[in-house]
This record gives sequence, C-alpha cells and structure tokens, in this order.
Amino acid sequence: MRAPMLKVDRLCKSFNSLKVSNSVSFSVSQGEALGIIGPNGAGKSTLFNLITGNLRPDSGRIELMDMGDVTGMPPMQRCIAGVGRSFQIPQPFDELTVFENLLVAAAHGRGLSEHDACDKCGEILEQTELMTVANQRAGGLRLLQRKRLELARAMATGPKLLLLDEIAGGLTECESASLVATIRAIHKGGATLIWIEHVLHALNSVVERLMVLDFGRVIGIGAPFDMMNSEAVKTVYLGIEA
Amino acid sequence: MRYSIQTSTRFSRVSLALAVAMVFMLALLPAYASRGLLQDMFFILTMLTLAQFWNLLAGYGGLLSIGQQAFVGVGGYAMFALVILHGWDPLAAVAVAGCAALLVSIPMGFFSFRLHGAYFAIGTWVLAEVLRLLVAQFKALGGGTGTSLPRAATRNLWGADWVKEVFDVKSAAARDILAYWLALALAAAAIAGIYYLLRSKQGLALSAVRDNAEVARSVGVNAHRLKWQIFLASAFGTGITGALIYLQKARISPDAAFSVTDWTAYIIFIVVIGGIGTIEGPILGVLVFYLLQSLLADYGSWYLLSLGVAGITVMLFAPRGLWGLISDRTGVQCFPIRRLLVQHSNKTGENSVRNHH
Repeated sequence: MRAPMLKVDRLCKSFNSLKVSNSVSFSVSQGEALGIIGPNGAGKSTLFNLITGNLRPDSGRIELMDMGDVTGMPPMQRCIAGVGRSFQIPQPFDELTVFENLLVAAAHGRGLSEHDACDKCGEILEQTELMTVANQRAGGLRLLQRKRLELARAMATGPKLLLLDEIAGGLTECESASLVATIRAIHKGGATLIWIEHVLHALNSVVERLMVLDFGRVIGIGAPFDMMNSEAVKTVYLGIEA
Repeated sequence: MRYSIQTSTRFSRVSLALAVAMVFMLALLPAYASRGLLQDMFFILTMLTLAQFWNLLAGYGGLLSIGQQAFVGVGGYAMFALVILHGWDPLAAVAVAGCAALLVSIPMGFFSFRLHGAYFAIGTWVLAEVLRLLVAQFKALGGGTGTSLPRAATRNLWGADWVKEVFDVKSAAARDILAYWLALALAAAAIAGIYYLLRSKQGLALSAVRDNAEVARSVGVNAHRLKWQIFLASAFGTGITGALIYLQKARISPDAAFSVTDWTAYIIFIVVIGGIGTIEGPILGVLVFYLLQSLLADYGSWYLLSLGVAGITVMLFAPRGLWGLISDRTGVQCFPIRRLLVQHSNKTGENSVRNHH
C-alpha cells in the first residue's frame, strides 16, 4: 500500500438546505489516478473547491501528505503546499500571454524567480503542445488550447496532487484523444491525479479507480470496470432501471 | 539553459535612454525658463505623479479608488502641521507627510477592502469626505477656512540660499525652482518605481489578479497582500505629492485639499484619456489635459463640459486611450512589460518562438 497523498474524512458542505457534500470520505495514494463521475449537481466540482480551499467545509477534515490537516488553509497556501487544479470552465488570465500564464503560476506556486521558472514553463509548454502559441494572448485561444492551458498552468504550480475538472468536456473525439494522451503521459511521470469527467472512455483509459457521487454522497468507489457494472451506479448515474 | 525571457526591445532601450536624458534636461530647465513655465511644469509633473499612482491602483490593481484626494489632503495638512505647529523645515515635512498619508491609509484600507468594484469606489470617496470634515475641525490649522504657510518658513527653505545665489533670483522664485526639482524627482521616481514593480514577479502577479483574482489565488498568488502593498504605496506617493503641491501653493483649505474634482476626477480623466494600465498613457494624458486646460480654462463650465465630452469620446472610440491607439497602430512600447519566451536551439543559434499578437 502506497502512502496516502490525500485523505478526505467525512466532509460536509451545504448551500442553504441543499447538501452538496454529505459525509464524503476517501483517500488517494501517491501516484494514483482517481476518476470521479456523477450526474450534474452531484457535488463533484464542490468537492474540488473544498480540496483546493476555494470553499470551506461545514465539517470534516482534509489531510495532505507531508502537511497534515489543511482544512482551514486558504487556497494560495494549498497551492504552494502542492495542490494544483484546472477549472471546469477554462479561466485563463486573458490579458497575459500563454507563457505568462504559466510563468505566474510557476513563479508564485513554486516560489521561484522568473528566471528559474522559465525552463520549467518551456518544458510544460512543449509537453502540453502549446509552444506554438506561447507568446499569444491567452484570451484569444480556441477551446482545445484553453483546456490545454488549464492543464499546463496547473502543472506549472508544481503540484503533488493534480485536480482536473472536466478537462475533456466539450472537445471533439479527436481533440479529446490527444489531450488524454498528454494526461496519461503526465500520470506516467508520477503525478497523483483526481479527475472529474463525463467522457467515460477517456477517463477509464487513465484512472485506476473510479468514485461515483450522487446528491453529495459517495455511492461507490472501486475499479472502473466494477463500478460501471454495479447496480447502484447504473441506477443513479446511467439512468437505467434496475 | 534552453529558454529565456525577453522583455525589452531595441525601441524600448532607446526610449529608456531618451527618458533618462529628458530627466537631466528638465533638471536644467530653471537655468533658462521663465517662472511661469516652471510653475506650469510643476503642475504637469505633480499631476503626472498623481496619475501614475492612481493608474497603479486602478489600471494595474483593479482598485477603482475615488478617494485619492484623502491622501493629497492628509499629505498637505501633515506638512502644514509640522511647519506651523512644530517649526519644521517644509522640505523635511514633505517627506514625513508621505508617512502620514501611509498611516491614514491603513485604517482606510481596512474598511474599503471589505468592498468591491463600484462599492469600493464609493467607500473610498466617503472616507475622504470624512477626513475633510475632520480636518476642518482643527482650529490650529485654520479650521474650515484654511491657513497659509508662515512667510519665514517658505523664505528659508533648505537650499534656497544656494538657489538664489546660483540663479540670481528672489526667494519666491527660489521656492518655485526647488519645488519644481522635487516634482521632477518625484515623477521620475514614481515612473521608475512603478516600472520596476511591473517588471518584477509581483508585477506579473498583479496582472493576473486584475484578470481573475480567484484563479490567481489558486496558482499561489497572494492577492490580498499584493492589493495592500499597492494601496499603501500609492497612498504614500500621493501623500508626498500632495504635500509638495501645497508647499508650492503655500495656502491650504479643507475644501481645496480634499477636492474630489481636482485630485481624483482630473486624474481619472488624465489616465483614461491617455490609456489606463500603461505607463505611457498618463504621460500622454497629462499633456492633453494641460493643453485643454490652457486653451479652455477661461470658459468656466464649458471647459468642464468639453473635458467630459473628450473623456466620453475616448472611452467610446478608443477604450484603451490615446496611447492604446498609437501602440496598436505602430506596435511600439516605451515601457514594455510583456515577457516573451525565447527558445534557444543548438542547431540554429537563437530561435525565437513565433510571436503574433
């Protein structure tokens, strides 16, 4: 058993009377890739916001490897502690160039000087196939490039744990395949991933375990094949009458 | 080393050298300029400094303050208080006045940072009005009607004797020369300081925060600290400038020193018309403003109306200001902050990544 990179313990969060996270517990080992699926409104993105500190939980605990309890830590410090994320709707810094988007993440997320961060950013731009648009304004990019930029910027912060929120959503089959290849390479390089995705075949080609959320609860966690075939998952997620 | 960052261009290196030469030439201006021209230059330079600091707040930090007159007023009044009540030399008092504005900005920031966008703007304005009303209660500094600097203090400024001897002028003209030099030094320091900040890692973070504060935080940027830093820095700079303006005027009143029109509305006009979020913009803007003022100031309310029309026209047809127009057409930047990635390949020597804006 590898050491847990992230341990989430009985995490609860409500928006008024709506329980978006209802006693969610799971852990992710170092180097593992965990996929998260669930219907719209199941609390997937909320879970990410809780892990990154953009939202505060009502109760429960979040532990990071080497850091211990990070439940009360603000997002900036969690990023520096090693949590990198991409946003569901790409949110580049529009007025900055693609390279500058990475540079600000590498310089501040890793605490490097711009000079030292430069090489790292160059490598990531090559790995994510963004080198040709490096010096273009990020606001003018097409969707695939925006998605790639989300991934690249998250990587630039030097994450130990990388959270990807529907990064393949809205892409064509072909675009999605090339992005998945990039993500698989990043995972092979040793990164710990948690990946929310509706495009199941993309997800299942990378992740080792799948967690299914519904109405803020974990209704199953296990090998992708077992999950896809479990009755509970078929009922709530795929909408098939059991 | 396979990659490097390139920020300056050949044009920017030339323009930087020209800017430095320009500052030296302006420093020699008192030798041959009339007193009227020096006073006009003093006005241009102090307005430019105020505009640079407002631009730092609003153009780079996204903090739309309408309360900059608070710092002009506090700076001016702090200088008067030190001179009248404690007998300081006005020049020493100008430096300390910046610290007074800095001190006042701490509680102001504490309140106004709870507000965002338009609410922040109104909040800063309200706080400035509160300060105006408070200052008007100080009977020792003339209360609501204001007061003048004692003649003895303005006549015996540090360095005034030397200026009188070298330029063969009377003490009033010597004071103008000293004030002009300080205004020049302050404007040059403000521009150099802000440019240095924007070229630094913190400056890059500032642009990120302006684009999206939430995302900036989640890539490790300390957005909160950054906003405080520029708020305090611009309070300090605005306070010193305010003190200098009132040293030259030698007369102060709460209504004038805390005037939202003189110290914020005109400043916003200068920045918007020149080009917000650029260092070149306010320089261009202050020249346009000075020109409009000298042409139209005699027409009273028509002058204000034409400023308004000019402002609206620029906002509608050139939202990035006059400098934005020039920069888009020609591609030139005197103070570039864009960081371009340059790739070095071993085969072909230097090979820049393609760059199309």
